[in-house]
Amino acid sequence: MTLASMKRKYEPRTVKLGPDGKPIATSAMIASLSAEGYDTVSAPFGHALLELARKDEKIVGLTADLAKYTDLHIFAQAMPHRFYQMGMAEQLLMSAAAGLTREGFNPFATTYAVFASRRAYDFIAMAIAEENLPVKIVCALPGLTTGYGPSHQATEDLAIFRGLPNMTIIDPCDANDITGMVPQIAAHPGPVYSRLLRGKVPSVLTRHKPDYKFQLGKAQTIRDGKDVLIISSGFMTMRALDAAEKLAVDGVDAAVLHVPTIKPLDVDTILAEARKGGRLIVTAENHSVVGGLGEAVATVLLTNGVTPEFRMIGLPDEFLEAGALPTLHEMYGISVDRVAKQIRNWL
Amino acid sequence: MPAVRIGAASNVSLEMRAWNIRRKALLMGEVQGQGYIGQALGIADVLAAAYFHALEYRPEDPEWEGRDRFLLSIGHYAIALYAVLMEAGILPEEEYETYGMDDSRMPMSGMASYTPGMEITGGSLGQGLGIAVGMALGLKRKGNPAFVYNLMSDGELGEGSTWEAVMSGVQWKLNNLICLVDFNNQQADGKPTEALAQGDERQKWEAFGWHAQRVDGNDLEAVVTALNVARETDHDGPRVIIFDTKMCKGVDFLENREITHFVRVEPDEWAKALAVLEKGKPQ
Ligand SMILES: Cc1ncc(C[n+]2csc(CCOP(=O)(O)OP(=O)(O)O)c2C)c(N)n1
Ligand SMILES: [Mg+2]
Repeated sequence: MTLASMKRKYEPRTVKLGPDGKPIATSAMIASLSAEGYDTVSAPFGHALLELARKDEKIVGLTADLAKYTDLHIFAQAMPHRFYQMGMAEQLLMSAAAGLTREGFNPFATTYAVFASRRAYDFIAMAIAEENLPVKIVCALPGLTTGYGPSHQATEDLAIFRGLPNMTIIDPCDANDITGMVPQIAAHPGPVYSRLLRGKVPSVLTRHKPDYKFQLGKAQTIRDGKDVLIISSGFMTMRALDAAEKLAVDGVDAAVLHVPTIKPLDVDTILAEARKGGRLIVTAENHSVVGGLGEAVATVLLTNGVTPEFRMIGLPDEFLEAGALPTLHEMYGISVDRVAKQIRNWL
Repeated sequence: MPAVRIGAASNVSLEMRAWNIRRKALLMGEVQGQGYIGQALGIADVLAAAYFHALEYRPEDPEWEGRDRFLLSIGHYAIALYAVLMEAGILPEEEYETYGMDDSRMPMSGMASYTPGMEITGGSLGQGLGIAVGMALGLKRKGNPAFVYNLMSDGELGEGSTWEAVMSGVQWKLNNLICLVDFNNQQADGKPTEALAQGDERQKWEAFGWHAQRVDGNDLEAVVTALNVARETDHDGPRVIIFDTKMCKGVDFLENREITHFVRVEPDEWAKALAVLEKGKPQ
């Protein structure tokens, strides 16, 4: 293979222009998700962890040079004596967290999702999961939440961790999920990998279902509907709910089943919803279509003899482009408009 | 086409090159309203000396087999490398206006498949030096006398993979490998010297068997001398230069603000920074 054949976009490219005639700028990693119409909560993870730590002295926090970028700085500033800055060393982060659990502590370890799932995987597998140690791994920049390109886009983290025995996996949608999840995963006796939205995080679920509360291991119907059932996780539940409102205008009645716990999957609820019948089932995830929620749901349905019309919305099996997030969400089919359009076409 | 060192053939001073690099980086930052400008301003002198004194390459043929390889392990420093690639004529200067834009060849984090002259995809930190080891091995196997330069950061000193490569370079006696460390004493959460880069960094590399130097990375003369020594020493193994640099160097009001990993520049401050730089233009 020559070097030249490896180059995908080596040739000069024409830069796209936005509606104002100017090129469209990349959103920095600090940029929040576009979540129009929703209130936001600042650093829900950091505040929830701090609140819990005030009651539970076993809780400690560790990071690999990303406290500020995972909202762990809230905890670190308030409880410096219970915070460990491990430096930029993700493998060490995981080994050391395992060591802390061996001495009876309850560590929350943070980094970006790409670095936990890719660089530190073997350390998580052997030092943590194989021994079923209750390390809580909480990781920012899940899926396509940065325009910086594949080095920071964790498009296959769920696939990687789904293959790992003992691991509980969470893909929260919003601030409600994150705040609700922290004490529940802290109390969980095994290892947990959770994706994280950080900074100003939208509050989505309680607007659609005022009494919504995160429950570890449970899928919950946020909205009912008779034409299509969207089974979604992470911020794609927000996209699904927004798309459902658009579809309603066209007379399409969409239900949304939110599945924040990816593993163990809430098989009973998923089967019960799917068996209601007569609805197209669409999974929606901020993750590669390989190995994530969509394939997990498909397996549950097929192995239980439930065979509805079934479609998947997710990121393609590719290394994604760099660029502005709204552009990329549109391009890869996970914007509200694209979700609604795809569903309309399938009906 | 002879393999020229541009700097040697040109009458543009290295000071001017460094100034041009800073200016181009600021122009790109202004286009995007953001960018790792503190890092770019800090490393500009090292890049000027590397590309206009030390490296051999052909601007019109960035994949020329005889080129010295320059690896940007630190993908987030891409803004700085784009500036020097433009200054070197590898990228057209006008393209600065597309920095970080959708479909640009210059994404905010450096990637090999996007940009001529960008040898590797960096950004997942701690990978460059290992790749450099493999390229240095490959060059030796081909009998190619080129050097491999790997530009890395002090934050990357924390990654275990860096030290695997450090030991490997010694094992294979890679006297064609030159590692450049930007020691700006900054990483995302704070100072490397308060985390994993404690102790005497030069002595550490030396203890592993590297030829090690530590110089002021904003003193062009010292940088040039160190690069000469690194290339010319008869040390039977790899070489490292640790550059102490100052983030935001050359723009006083940015130098003096509280320095963080991502230095905030307000929208109106880019023009102001360019004006400050203009005042310090070398004669
Ligand atoms: C393996 C890996 N871990 C974490 C990060 C996230 N990250 C991006 S830059 C950075 C700081 C690294 O230190 P350094 O390069 O010295 O930072 P700077 O001097 O630019 O502030 C971190 C932790 C990363 N890109 N790669
Ligand atoms: Mg640094």
